[in-house]
Amino acid sequence: MTAASPTGEVPAAQPATAVIEMIDVSIGGAGVVETVSAEGIHCHIAPGDYWVIGGPPGSGKSDLLATMAGLYRPLKGTLRFFGNDIAHLGEDAFLTARLRMGLVFGNGGQLFNHLTVAGNIALPLRYHHARQRVATEERVQAILEATGLAPLADHTPGEIKHGWRQRVGLARALALGPEVLLLDNPLAGLGPKESRWWLEFLAQISAGDEILGGRPVTLVIASHDLRPWFEQGKQFALLRQKRWLPVGGRTELACSDEPLLRELLAADFGAGRTVGS
Amino acid sequence: MSLPARYLDPIGRNIIRFLQTAQGLIAFTLITLGVAVTKFNASTRVIHPLVRSQIYRAGLRLLPMISFLACALGLMIIGQMVALLTRVGAQNLAGTVMVTVVVRELGPLAAALVVLARVGAAYVIDLGTARALGEVEALEALCIDPVHYLVIPRITALALAIFSLTVYFIILTLFSGYLFAFAQDVPLLPGDYCKQLAMALTWEDFALLALKTCSFGIVIAVVTCYQGLAQPLRLEQVSAATTRAVVQSVVACVLLDVLFIVVYLVM
Repeated sequence: MTAASPTGEVPAAQPATAVIEMIDVSIGGAGVVETVSAEGIHCHIAPGDYWVIGGPPGSGKSDLLATMAGLYRPLKGTLRFFGNDIAHLGEDAFLTARLRMGLVFGNGGQLFNHLTVAGNIALPLRYHHARQRVATEERVQAILEATGLAPLADHTPGEIKHGWRQRVGLARALALGPEVLLLDNPLAGLGPKESRWWLEFLAQISAGDEILGGRPVTLVIASHDLRPWFEQGKQFALLRQKRWLPVGGRTELACSDEPLLRELLAADFGAGRTVGS
Repeated sequence: MSLPARYLDPIGRNIIRFLQTAQGLIAFTLITLGVAVTKFNASTRVIHPLVRSQIYRAGLRLLPMISFLACALGLMIIGQMVALLTRVGAQNLAGTVMVTVVVRELGPLAAALVVLARVGAAYVIDLGTARALGEVEALEALCIDPVHYLVIPRITALALAIFSLTVYFIILTLFSGYLFAFAQDVPLLPGDYCKQLAMALTWEDFALLALKTCSFGIVIAVVTCYQGLAQPLRLEQVSAATTRAVVQSVVACVLLDVLFIVVYLVM
C-alpha cells in the first residue's frame, strides 16, 4: 500500500531501486584502460529480473559481466550497485555491495585447482564468515546436494569433466547467498541434458529457491547463443560492434529484425553445443 | 646508428628495465605491507592453515635436503679448516672462524638458496599458473584479497622457515665438521670446541642471524610472488618469470648480505 503524503496527494509509484544500473558506461578489455571493449551501455537491472545479453564471441560480454560484478571499474559513465554510485562508495561499502553479487565464470568456472570441489565451495564461507565449522559444512553439503555435486565433493577440479566444473563454479558463487547472479556463457560446451539441468535450476533460483532462503535471485546471463534463453529471459540486450543495443522483452525479441539477433537465434558459433544444437 | 648510440641504447634500456622492476617491487611490497596491517587478524580460519601448510612445504619438507648439505659442508669445509688451523697452531681460533663462516655467512645463505631453489621457484610457477588460469580473478570475484590469501602466508612461512632451517643447518654443520676433525686426530676436545664457539658468539650474532634470515625469507617471497602474481601472465610466460624471479632473488639476497656484513663491521 502506498502511504498518502501530509498534503493528501498520493506519490507516484517509484521504480524499484536497480540492483545494477549503468548510465553511458564504457568498459575496458579485461580491465585494461587502453582498450575499449564496449561503450554507451545503459541498463537498469531491477530486483528479480532475468536478463540475457547476447553477442558474438569476443564482443566484450565477459568484460561487461566482470564490470557488473565490480571486478573492473568502468572507463567512463556511472555504475550503481543497489542504488549507490560505486565512484562514491568507500572500500567497505563497495565490498559489502559486491558480496551481494555472485559471478559464475565461463570456460570451466575458473576453479581453484589445489582445492577439492567441497573446498572450492567452502572457501568464500570460511573467508568471509567466522561461523562454526559445522555450520560451514552444513551449508556446503546443502549446496552440493542442490547442485547434484555431492558424489564429487572430494575430487579436485582436474579430476572431473568440464560440465561438472562449470557446475562447481555455480555452486561456489551460490555459497554466499547472492542476490544477483551473473553468469558468463554457462551453457558453452554442455550437452543437452546438462543444459536442461542448468535452465531448470536457474529458473528455480530465479523464482526463489530454498538454497538461497526462498528469495528470488536476479539473473544476468551473457551468451553467444540466445536459443536456449528465449523462453527463460525476461529482458534481452545485445553487444554489437562494441555498442550496447537494448532489445526488450520476449515479444520484442521475437519481432526484431536485427540481423545479429536473428543470427544468435538461428546458429551457434561452434564454440559449444547447447540445447537444440 | 653511431657507435656510442649502439652501446648506449641497450645500457639505457637495461637501466630503465631495472628501475621499472625496482619500482614494481617496492609498490608490491608496500601493498603487501598495507594488507598485512589492515587484515592482520582477518579470516584466520583460512589464513592460519595456509601459513602452516606453507611452513611445512618450505621448512619441514626441506629437512632431509638441509641435513645432507649441512653434513657435506661440515665435512668438506669445516673439518678441513679445523685440521688446517690445528696444523699451523691456531686451533684456538677455530670458534671465531666457525662463527664467522658458518653462523654469519654460510648458514643463512645456504638455507636461503635451498629454499629459493626448492620453494621460491615453485611459488612463481604456482602463482603464475593460477594467474594465467584465472584463479586470481576468481578470488577477486569472491571478494577474497589475493595478496591476503596468496602472498601473506608465503611471506610469513618463508621468513620462519629460512630462520629455522638456518639454525638447524648451523648446528648440524658445526657438529659434522667437528666429527671430521675428530676423525683426523685433531687435538681439540669437544669441551674446548664448544667453549670456543660460545666465546666467539655474541648476542649481536643471534639478533642479526634472526634479522638476516627473516629478511632473506621476506625478500625471496616478495620477489617470487611479485613475478608470479603482479603482472598478467600467459602460460608460456611462466617459465621466463620463474628464471627472472630466481635471478632477482639471488641478487637481492647477496646485496642484503653485503648490507649485513657492513653492519657486522660497524658493530
